[in-house]
Amino acid sequence: MTEPTATPTAGRTIAPRTTAPAPEPLAAPSAAPGPVDAAALPVVFEVRDLSVYYGTFRAVREVTLDIRQHEITAFIGPSGCGKTTVLRCFDRMNDLIPGARPEGTLNYHGVPLYGPKVDPVEVRRRIGMVFQKPNPFPKSIFDNVAYGPRLFGTRKKAQLDTVVEESLTKAALWDEVKDRLKESAMGLSGGQQQRLCIARAVATKPEVLLMDEPCSALDPIATARIEDLMQEIKTEFTIVIVTHNMQQAARVSDATAFYSTDVNPESDRRTGVLVEFDRTETIFSNPSDERTENYITGRFG
Amino acid sequence: MALTTIGSASEATVRARVERAITGRRSDAGGRVFETALIACLLLSLAVLGLLVYQVLGNGLTVFGDRGADFLDTGLASSPARAGVAQGIIGSFWIAMSVVVLALPLGIGAAIYLEEYAPLNRLTSFIALNIRNLAGVPSIVYGLLGLAIFVEALNGFSGNEGVNRRTLAAAGVTIAVLVLPVVIITTQEAIRAVPVALREGAYGVGATKWEVIRSQVLPYAAPGILTGALLSIARAVGEAAPLIVVGAATGLLGRSPGLSAGSLIDIENLTSRFTALPTIVSTWSKLPDEEFRVNLSAATIITMLVFVLFLNSIAIVLRNRFEKKRSA
Repeated sequence: MTEPTATPTAGRTIAPRTTAPAPEPLAAPSAAPGPVDAAALPVVFEVRDLSVYYGTFRAVREVTLDIRQHEITAFIGPSGCGKTTVLRCFDRMNDLIPGARPEGTLNYHGVPLYGPKVDPVEVRRRIGMVFQKPNPFPKSIFDNVAYGPRLFGTRKKAQLDTVVEESLTKAALWDEVKDRLKESAMGLSGGQQQRLCIARAVATKPEVLLMDEPCSALDPIATARIEDLMQEIKTEFTIVIVTHNMQQAARVSDATAFYSTDVNPESDRRTGVLVEFDRTETIFSNPSDERTENYITGRFG
Repeated sequence: MALTTIGSASEATVRARVERAITGRRSDAGGRVFETALIACLLLSLAVLGLLVYQVLGNGLTVFGDRGADFLDTGLASSPARAGVAQGIIGSFWIAMSVVVLALPLGIGAAIYLEEYAPLNRLTSFIALNIRNLAGVPSIVYGLLGLAIFVEALNGFSGNEGVNRRTLAAAGVTIAVLVLPVVIITTQEAIRAVPVALREGAYGVGATKWEVIRSQVLPYAAPGILTGALLSIARAVGEAAPLIVVGAATGLLGRSPGLSAGSLIDIENLTSRFTALPTIVSTWSKLPDEEFRVNLSAATIITMLVFVLFLNSIAIVLRNRFEKKRSA
């Protein structure tokens, strides 16, 4: 799976984060059901009975799970099962869709993410997102990465230079682009563009990285690079990844949530449900739900 | 078929058969007829345009040959030997400026509001529908609006009385209102064409709505917005009917100040009576005197074409700069 260039070289070891304003640990997480052997790690997102509606249509219902710090949590399941919908609640990206409305509990370090005084812009600053299709801005490579820091007031060239190099290094892209930072990001290959988007997301030093099928538009080599990269940066970030690729979930994640769909026999409308959430090895070796087993063994979906 | 019989046929036979099958071309008569028709359309429209330009240049260049820049420097007069378009250039310049100063900011602002901020409700769609309808209202109706409101009710934005209320300011505002719907619609279309992925990318790193609009939406939409601006300025400079209704002078218009940077940008122009290049064309082309009807009209048209081309070239240069930035 790993091609030679994807292994970390001395040139791009990951520097420990020293300058980042570490999010203050808030109240100790409440004891929650779920995977037991990870109970020591603090809970970042506490999700209880979360349903998401688009207008009157309930896209996904009653999701309950915990996302733990410095873990990679994978959301898997067939199309239309609500994985992305749930993910997009975590940074309030669903706010951009008219009519989207969550119900239930979604706490970020104990704070209700959809509380009345919560500013979605501040949320997104702490919770970065990488999208399915690489979406670099039509600007230079440098300006793409510097976009977030500039928004938050970093203006000095020297500081920006440092942030850009750090972020591109974390995204395993620095060596490839360091001599052409002024060139347009649109000229990069798809895999490079996606790593640039990761660099752009980590440049604001978020705590959480949400990845919505980040490799679905990439070839296996580029995919392997991004998977390696996720392993390297998970010491710094909490990662939630939506993926259609079960092998990917098995390879990279610590915990896995399997979603499926329920068909309403009357309206024939499908609603996403969380079938099972557990440690990744349990999901893939000894799932407790039959639907999970059918899915991972390829008998359905 | 050919390939399944490889075993029995010799290699050379297969090769010949395949070659026959994949070379040669299925007759595409329909396509060729269509292509020819399209080329004919293109040639026909170019021929009409070429004929017009040929006629205009043929008739008009003699005036420039005989009188040179004097034609641009003198004002309206009853004798063709002394008549010029200085006042028309000044009038058209200010009308174009009022579009730039009034219609573009208002229209672009309104479009940004409608696309980005306005709630999705019936009122908004009612307004949007009516803007579309306004774009289709005949220009002479805007002329009547200008006459009734800007000239009669508001005295042409001046303290003048009677016929002197027919000011350049009233004409400029009338034309700005006339092109406003076009500016709004083209800007809306340009904003709608901004990819959702781009917006999400910016929101994703924590940009506010305004930051997303400023740093992503407007730069991406800029070429489209500039195209709308270009069209509206060209239209503003070419419109004659509403200006005649608002009261552009057609026969004589005081003493010409001549054409200079000073006379062009003199703010006094706004509160004075005016004329514009298209109204001059419309008037002169109806006069019995052949010199006016043929040669001076054509020379005025040439002046107007150069004027519009000059304004458009500015917009085109700007647009190309933005486009290059977007796709580089």
